Amino acid sequence: MASSIRVRAIQNGDVTDVQTLIQHPMDTGLIKDAKGELIPAHFIQQLTFEHNGKTVFLADWGTAVSKDPYVKFAFKGGAKGDDLKVSWVDNKGATDSLTAKIQ
Amino acid sequence: MRIHPALSFLAAVLALVAPAVAAPAAEKPDPAADAKAFQDFFRKKFPQVKFEDFVNGPYSMNEDMRKQWEEKEQFPPYEFALEAGKEMFEKPFKNGKTYADCFANGGIGIRQTYPYFDDKEGKVVTLELALNRCREANGEAPYSYVKDEMAALTAYMAYTSRGKPFDIKIPDDPRALEAYERGKEYFYTRRGQLNFSCASCHVQNPGERIRAEILAPALGILNAMPIYRSEWSGMGTISRRFTTCNSQIRGVPLEPQSEEYRDLEYYLSYVSNGLPISGPGARP
Amino acid sequence: MTASLGCSAEQLATRRLILKGVAAVTLIGLGHAAFGAAPAFAANDPYPEDAFRLKGAAEAIKALYGREHEPSDKIKLDAPEIAENGGVVPIALTTTLPDVTSISFVVSENPNALAASYKIPEGTVPAVANRLKMAKTSNVIALVESGGKLYSATKEVKVTVGGCGG
Repeated sequence: MASSIRVRAIQNGDVTDVQTLIQHPMDTGLIKDAKGELIPAHFIQQLTFEHNGKTVFLADWGTAVSKDPYVKFAFKGGAKGDDLKVSWVDNKGATDSLTAKIQ
Repeated sequence: MRIHPALSFLAAVLALVAPAVAAPAAEKPDPAADAKAFQDFFRKKFPQVKFEDFVNGPYSMNEDMRKQWEEKEQFPPYEFALEAGKEMFEKPFKNGKTYADCFANGGIGIRQTYPYFDDKEGKVVTLELALNRCREANGEAPYSYVKDEMAALTAYMAYTSRGKPFDIKIPDDPRALEAYERGKEYFYTRRGQLNFSCASCHVQNPGERIRAEILAPALGILNAMPIYRSEWSGMGTISRRFTTCNSQIRGVPLEPQSEEYRDLEYYLSYVSNGLPISGPGARP
Repeated sequence: MTASLGCSAEQLATRRLILKGVAAVTLIGLGHAAFGAAPAFAANDPYPEDAFRLKGAAEAIKALYGREHEPSDKIKLDAPEIAENGGVVPIALTTTLPDVTSISFVVSENPNALAASYKIPEGTVPAVANRLKMAKTSNVIALVESGGKLYSATKEVKVTVGGCGG
């Protein structure tokens, strides 16, 4: 199975533009399934971006972040070919991570 | 005011249909003239919309929504389905063959030629139907027409055809013309408890809100299929779109890929000939 | 084949199992603790569990920042007038405020008002775009922590199709 994380990190002058899309249900815990049973909350709580061992962006998320969450930001100090590590952890303790190259 | 041109268009369509009903021998259906009238109607109704933009549905009609769409397209919600579709398409069946063996050009860049009229069978064959036939011919179980797998496969095939104009052919065969005419009739026939036809929403009122939603123009509506709908929190095929439409007007949906729906898809695709494939799409 | 795609039966089954687990935990009185297991990593930046669990905007902001906020015209909050669907509302922020250390989004009328909070380390551009769920028409309050102070910008987003559906 492919990674749950898609990243585009593009060097644009002196900043690196980063866009990420993650496959995750982001269930709120307030919705019932087709059988009328409450679907328990299941959502990413923290998403971290690291460049050269330094955290360049940290997201704390609640259940109000959309399904298959998307986030975009930019940071200075990156260069083409550098590694950018993305990792998340959800409220059930599941995690995933991916290292992408800045393009 | 708004309804007026729509009515005159309907009148024109009826004028085309009526003689055929009254005196069957009188006039042969003229799909090419239909398509021209259909496209001219939308051009005239929405002079500010660029022709190619009709494939973008409600986003061609509302600025605030267009901005939200452009933001979504930066990293589109159908991305995961598209990747899954590519993987599925390339993975061989148990017998070692692949989808590519079932289609012209290995299935790449051919979406714009579907549906087509199969002269051996005497019926319309859609892409979704052809995909399941391909599976069955290779000993695999068919997919549901309204679920994720079919949407993922058609998403990938549409993607390989992006930018290619719809190129639906109606051969000079009375059965093909009949299929086309039946599709047209289905499109303009009122049904369901709300007594709406497809045209009530998608010809007479595109760009208008029906409750919370902005209606898409019928012209180009299939070019963007399959679609990720935020309302569905997921992907949907043409089959899903048709059955949902019928439910929304409180009608009883037909079986996906029933002959009626296939004929409808034939008609609706034909009148969008010339507009580019833009699928997979993202919709509210 | 099927397992590689979204909503499999397997996934639904898992959901049901977990539901049972939660019910059991509730019976022995631990309540939400089942979800409260703090992630092991990011010890320096603990997840602000409490702020995310509070109902109202004011309480959540207080729990997160512990201070008042004042409106600033140096924050540009970009959100639609009418959300095409409450489940996916694109919201973006840029600011010219100096020394920004965090940016947060609060949706006043959501069941839990705090939606997302972002740490902005030095060298990161004080701008973020994300997609949020909105239950109904509501103010979106964007907060920017700058030079130890808290600034805000507010915009109303109309929601006609709520983001709490399927």
